[in-house]
Amino acid sequence: MPALSLNFGIYEAALNTSIKRSELLANNIANADTPGYKARDLDFSEVMRGYSNPNSSVRMTTSQSHHRSGLIESTGMEGLKYRSSSQASVDGNTVDADRENSEHAKNTLLYNASFQFLNGKIKGMLGAIKGE
Amino acid sequence: MSLLNVFDIAGSAMSAQSVRLNTVSSNLANAESVSSSVDETYRSRHPVFSVLKDQYQNNGFGMDNFGRGLSSGQGVEVKGIVESDAELPRRYQPSHPMADEEGFVTYPNVNVVEEMANMISASRSFQTNVEVMDNAKKMMQQLLTLGQ
Repeated sequence: MPALSLNFGIYEAALNTSIKRSELLANNIANADTPGYKARDLDFSEVMRGYSNPNSSVRMTTSQSHHRSGLIESTGMEGLKYRSSSQASVDGNTVDADRENSEHAKNTLLYNASFQFLNGKIKGMLGAIKGE
Repeated sequence: MSLLNVFDIAGSAMSAQSVRLNTVSSNLANAESVSSSVDETYRSRHPVFSVLKDQYQNNGFGMDNFGRGLSSGQGVEVKGIVESDAELPRRYQPSHPMADEEGFVTYPNVNVVEEMANMISASRSFQTNVEVMDNAKKMMQQLLTLGQ
């Protein structure tokens, strides 16, 4: 029998990735006035590709047929990148506060979407259990 | 839970920006604090910000020492407060009570225009971080309703 959590599909991973991304973006915004700070961001699609790739490191390795397969938490290493700056600054800081803000808003929307899908999956399972 | 980290990160930035606002108000308050010697005169103060790295971030891979998770930094800290080395303006005011033997009064090297710009920048950054924290709070509250 497959693990119940397999039913959550990619949405659980998407939710975790957007939480991680919001942490990174918060750090960029916090360091908007720090000299020499380089803004970083997570390439969302690249991390997601890591999850869907069958040979990816985030997939549990199975050597026996009765081993469970599943996803482990991504380190996010695949998609962690420095943002290329649009404007040069004297102190070497590459944070563009407007850009970080809009990325943060976008990330929150993605988070909301993943949340809705995940919630739908749980509600579906609950419905099946209750036989409604 | 990583969303809790957002609170720490935004909180560290808010406290750093309030230190900056404090120095700005101290500078502006003392913009006209004259004295008769260079050593005693107020010099404008500025905080130095630096990235607050978490203790595991130093292995250069962005991962902690257990190879677990990416570490996204832990916000910003005030490394210290430095006094400006800029030359103190001396004005010839022989009738001033603080004038030295030669009739000069030493003024602080506070640039009021620069301080005003600093103040606006600090309060805007503070505002942005409040919004980030508010956003994280909403995300967490929503997560608590999962499955309901």
